Amino acid sequence: MSGYNFAYLDEQTKRMIRRAILKAVAIPGHQVPFGGREMPLPYGWGTGGIQVTAAILGPSDVLKVIDQGADDTTNAVSIRRFFARTAGIETTTHTADASVIQTRHRIPETPLRADQIIVYQVPLPEPLAKLEQSRAETRQMHALAEYGLMHVKLYEDIARYGHISISYDYPVMVNGRYLMSPSPIPAFDTPKMHRMAALQLFGAGREKRIYAIPPHTDVKPLDFDDHPFRLTRAPQACGLCGARDSYLDEVVMDDRGGRLFVCSDTDYCAGRQSMRQDEDAAA
Amino acid sequence: MSEHLLSATGLHLSFGAIWALDGVDATLWPGEILAVVGESGSGKTTLLHVLSGRSAPDAGLVAYRDTEGVAHNVHAMPAPQLRALHRSDWGFVHQNPRDALRMEVSAGGNVGERLMAQGARHYGVIRESAIDWLRQVEISPSRIDDMPHTFSGGMLQRLQIARTLATHPRLVFMDEPTGGLDVSVQARLLDLIRTLVARLGIAVVLVTHDIAVARLLADRILVMRHGRVVEGGLTDQVLDDPQHPYTQLLVSSVLQA
Amino acid sequence: MRPAHPEVLRTEALGKSFTLHMQGGVTIPVLRDLGLTLRAGECVVLSGPSGTGKSTLIRSLYGNYRADTGRIMIRHGGDWVDLAHADPRVVLAVRRDTLGYVSQFLRVVPRVSTLEIVAEALTSRGTPPDEAKLRARSMLLRLNLVPHLHDLPPATFSGGEQQRVNLARGFIPNHPILLLDEPTSSLDAVNRDAVVELVAEAKAAGTAILAIVHDMTTRDAIADRLFHLTPLREAA
Repeated sequence: MSGYNFAYLDEQTKRMIRRAILKAVAIPGHQVPFGGREMPLPYGWGTGGIQVTAAILGPSDVLKVIDQGADDTTNAVSIRRFFARTAGIETTTHTADASVIQTRHRIPETPLRADQIIVYQVPLPEPLAKLEQSRAETRQMHALAEYGLMHVKLYEDIARYGHISISYDYPVMVNGRYLMSPSPIPAFDTPKMHRMAALQLFGAGREKRIYAIPPHTDVKPLDFDDHPFRLTRAPQACGLCGARDSYLDEVVMDDRGGRLFVCSDTDYCAGRQSMRQDEDAAA
Repeated sequence: MSEHLLSATGLHLSFGAIWALDGVDATLWPGEILAVVGESGSGKTTLLHVLSGRSAPDAGLVAYRDTEGVAHNVHAMPAPQLRALHRSDWGFVHQNPRDALRMEVSAGGNVGERLMAQGARHYGVIRESAIDWLRQVEISPSRIDDMPHTFSGGMLQRLQIARTLATHPRLVFMDEPTGGLDVSVQARLLDLIRTLVARLGIAVVLVTHDIAVARLLADRILVMRHGRVVEGGLTDQVLDDPQHPYTQLLVSSVLQA
Repeated sequence: MRPAHPEVLRTEALGKSFTLHMQGGVTIPVLRDLGLTLRAGECVVLSGPSGTGKSTLIRSLYGNYRADTGRIMIRHGGDWVDLAHADPRVVLAVRRDTLGYVSQFLRVVPRVSTLEIVAEALTSRGTPPDEAKLRARSMLLRLNLVPHLHDLPPATFSGGEQQRVNLARGFIPNHPILLLDEPTSSLDAVNRDAVVELVAEAKAAGTAILAIVHDMTTRDAIADRLFHLTPLREAA
């Protein structure tokens, strides 16, 4: 597309963002401020993620964008088209075929590889924000690794509900040093971050923060010795592909309370369905 | 003979033309309760803040001797170390418990916070400790999950004390801990502080304008006026046989109950 | 007088005056060049008309008043300590281990029970709480304080009852030296006898006692000798 630089942002801006990314990779889990630009979509629609993606894309990259696991939602479709037009790159919906995956609120079920990068859209990068209003104070807490307060939140959960009730954006310790918000992915996805082969980048547009988890880095959910982090998942199998290991969305089917549990990862689900058909055909 | 836990020499601090501290020396032995009395504006609260490292003096030195017997210049200590000290070996009891408590966190969470800050990671143990401390400050353990805003003023102050003492500090700074409470509530709190401090062997720097509070709690007393210590010594000696004109005035102004 | 018994307290040229800054800085001399010796196992009673500084002397010896001049030598453990010039910490240690004092008035933290007040005199010296309470209870009973009073704070007690709480607290730790400031002023005959008995037992155990007692019967019953104080103005 003429009139635009490759991947929309000018090269100076991309360099600035790359510097922030490099710093973020060097200090896993630490929030690095960056000069976030105005993007042609509103805050909350992935402006942070888009800027990170724009800064790392090359002409040979293949981009996949998901929103809540789906490739076909408005947000995913428009971001994919945005880069297809401004960078002229190839896009895909297949996790395995993508070199860069931008995501909102999910990690694909298919394990990511060392030659892939996942970019998370982050609304609220500061995990302590809800507990401590002062920015100066939370920065201080990060600097000194004073994270007792986060455990107070977990304590309150157990005292109130008998278990840790955080079901998404589950706070994690990165590389044993920084407390980090994994963005609003379900707690179900949190273990996938641990020692992931792919580079994980996080962009928060409104808050103008970038952070990262380098490949094979320890990512540990916060918990108590006697209340360890536990995976939670709806007990059903996917109504379309039968998967029992994937994260499920609950879909209301009719006005009579009929509902269906289906994989939130549409690519994963489609892949399993076509495999089934192949097996059926073979049989 | 053991060494000073805390010692301050030549403290000066001015706010514009006013000397809040004008050459103050003070020492504290392990397990000792030192009261600092004086009228408002005498510099006693400023002294508390400077001793605890919360504000820096213009001149002078505050030294704290840690559990290993190593002396530290409080105001030259790196921030992380000072903060760690405030979380573990030290405690601070504010006049208004709302300044110290997290009002949106349950009583148990408030007591447990310092333990968690020190690395406690066993919910059951933290909870047991919280229950134990609530009992020690005479709050029913059944209130453990209640929010502080449902507590009375006296209970809030006792909760603050439980929260402060949960990590077994060696040194606690108290700023008018019984101020703003009803007399009957004050008496209960005084007894509680006295008992806990004696049992745990905690050293206390207590700032109060209430001479009766100083008499009941303190081993030693400093009388401050205009940023200077005008008289100091054994509490009962200073109060029963005051030497300085100002101390005599202060003592004679107290209503006898 | 039992010379075999060692000295435990000795004042040397003790002087005490009060400067009243609220009354134009007038200075009232009370004690001057006072030399008093107290031996283990003896009871010395201060005599002299009122206003001669008996109470001031007792309070100075306890460190409650600050001596202006001279020395107050106290045998504390194996050492002699000059209480007039000792660090507050040392004074507190002497009070805890060596020097007991029963004042005329009871001064305690409100709300604390009588039993706890008396037991604390032992627990503060390391006695286990259970044992301390047991001994406190029997001491209170000896002073005829009925059991149902033991668990109440003494704030609402009568003067005589408060005085007995004070006595119980003063006698129970078996200090080597005991200062008594009118310990029987509010007591009836029965309780005065109980105090006389306590003093006799303490003396037998080697305690040195210095007392102010106005009641002649009690005085004669406990005193080994009198120490006479004369008004300063007359003496001067």
